Amino acid sequence: MINILFIILVIGGFGLFAYNVKRIVSNIKLGRPIDRTDNKKERIRTMLLVAFGQKKMFQRPIPAILHLFIYVAFVITQIELIEILVDGATGSHRIFREALGGFYTFMISFIEVLSVLALVATFTFLARRNLLRLPRFHMDEMTGWPKLDGNLILYMEFVLVCCIFIMNGADEVLHLKQHGESYNFTVSSWIGPLLFGGVEDVETLSMLERVGWWSHLLMVLTFLNYLPISKHFHIILAFPNVYYSNLEKKGRFSNMEAVITEVKMMFDPSADPYAEPPPAPEGADTAPQRFGAKDVDDLTWKSILDGYTCTECGRCSDACPANTTGKKLSPRKIMMDVRDRAEELGRHRVKNAEATDDGKSLLRDYVSEEEIWACTSCNACVQECPVNNDPLEVILELRRFLVMEESKSPSELTTMFTNVENNGAPWQFAQADRLNWANED
Amino acid sequence: MSEKIKVPTMAEMTASGESPEVLFWVGCSGSFDDRAKKITKAIVKILHACKVKFAVLGTEESCTGDPAKRAGNEFLFQMSAMQNIMVLNGYNVEKIVTGCPHCFNTLKNEYPELGGEFDVVHHTQFIQELIDNGKLKITGGAFKGKKITFHDPCYLGRGNDVYEAPRMAIQKLDAALVEMKRCRAKGLCCGAGGAQMFKEAEKGNKEINIERTDDALAVTPDIIATGCPFCNTMMTDGVKNAEKEDNIKVLDVAEMIAEAADL
Repeated sequence: MINILFIILVIGGFGLFAYNVKRIVSNIKLGRPIDRTDNKKERIRTMLLVAFGQKKMFQRPIPAILHLFIYVAFVITQIELIEILVDGATGSHRIFREALGGFYTFMISFIEVLSVLALVATFTFLARRNLLRLPRFHMDEMTGWPKLDGNLILYMEFVLVCCIFIMNGADEVLHLKQHGESYNFTVSSWIGPLLFGGVEDVETLSMLERVGWWSHLLMVLTFLNYLPISKHFHIILAFPNVYYSNLEKKGRFSNMEAVITEVKMMFDPSADPYAEPPPAPEGADTAPQRFGAKDVDDLTWKSILDGYTCTECGRCSDACPANTTGKKLSPRKIMMDVRDRAEELGRHRVKNAEATDDGKSLLRDYVSEEEIWACTSCNACVQECPVNNDPLEVILELRRFLVMEESKSPSELTTMFTNVENNGAPWQFAQADRLNWANED
Repeated sequence: MSEKIKVPTMAEMTASGESPEVLFWVGCSGSFDDRAKKITKAIVKILHACKVKFAVLGTEESCTGDPAKRAGNEFLFQMSAMQNIMVLNGYNVEKIVTGCPHCFNTLKNEYPELGGEFDVVHHTQFIQELIDNGKLKITGGAFKGKKITFHDPCYLGRGNDVYEAPRMAIQKLDAALVEMKRCRAKGLCCGAGGAQMFKEAEKGNKEINIERTDDALAVTPDIIATGCPFCNTMMTDGVKNAEKEDNIKVLDVAEMIAEAADL
């Protein structure tokens, strides 16, 4: 009976998670295609270094170590989770113990020690967020849900660790009573007797152990299903996001394909401007595309993936010269806006299969013109991002839309464009005077 | 220039049946901005002194399109790029040295896809080459013992991972190279990139160049070194704003090298 309840819970939990992942994947696919399948070796190397090895986190060693505790504890606890799944389904108890012997003791002890370290990190992070009030955790975009989200994750981690120690602690005392021997797990062998040593009744102990066990499982399933609505999703998405990240030099901005075709034709004396365009390949999207991006579906899927991967740490905005000097631009907000708008547009598309336009867009409804014109394209945000997000690409695409579709740019830039076009320089100097410097003293 | 150096153009050189070792891409700042012209002349002095066979495009040079591209005007960028590529390919240019990190980045990274494949180096990299192969010999001279801090231009540093070449050149001056708190990959922008040079900044509580100059002033340097004409303008303005222009000079690496080598 209890096995069936367990199986239903686990399947339900994982099923709901799979459903939400599918929904997010289809939101990511709202974006335009971009090929990031080249150079697999370099991509795997980058992923191992940046995502798995957390290379960029270690720019700031103290938070990096604390973050590493939680990360390693999370990864390693999955081994215990496998045992919980097997035990729950078959009704066994610590099924791996007999088979693994001493290694099992080592493994659970390792998990326990890391859990304690993760607990230390959790408290430090809570204090850092709420007591130290680091400026980057209190920028304008960090109110409401993002603020609550940051704290909820840490509360849940706290509960999760508590569950582990209630489970292992009660089991330790129970084992002592029933078999007269300790499991010898590093932490629970002393925390168990400390917490539950006074409990004489075997049934109560057994119930406590079950409460710990079930709560642990329920917390895991809750946490799993919390991921898709939280910045905590980065624990999964960081890996594909880094794998597919831009491997080119950061200074290189993409050359727009559509413009290359147009410009090459203009420079080709034998091009026939009235010629029929070559037939589109089978199944190709023939609808004319916008220049640049007005909405998330004008961005590449990678930019939307960036949004979902963003962990709202704010290192980008902390390093942004515009943000540091009080301008409205915050690269983190750009990433969060992309994600929130993708969610909104995704929901709208699901409800209205026919109508694809909900009258809103990333530009203006989420990101203002003032924000995108404040960018110096310095790449500090890209450099800082621990999961290789690229807020600059979104800013560039929005600028492209404003300039090429709406002819809307700050008036000084319009003048600069005219100068480049007419004089071959951003200032109003004649091209014929370009070599004058060579004859001056 | 004390003794006028003849600056050959590609057109002249080609007409006489010669071709240069390297094309010096001067850039718009270097051609028109009075302060940046001094940097241009310093680069010319170095090329001349090291007997590098070089030429400039002169009146055939035109904006690379960098500011247009960063401001979102891809059409204008590609139009500019295609024109330049036709000129460069017309002269069979192979190697380019630029006086500006923005030109450097655009020519090096964005032109190849459009048909312009050249070996492009920034002038600080070229200076390093000249030092390495023994063509350029420098003794500290005027800069011996001076405290110099280097401001990393975004499109040289983060944009193209060039951090060492300018620093190596500075160290050749027997000067004390001091780093700002935010340097190399963490260097703060001067505020001019992304076409900001050509417009007023958005509303905020501080100008970016003042913020960056404060970084530099914090290490009390004698000289703030840069490798970009835009950074030079921004930092010079910042130093003036702090009323320190009598004590602190803002110089390009090329200017210091030219002066130290007594060119």
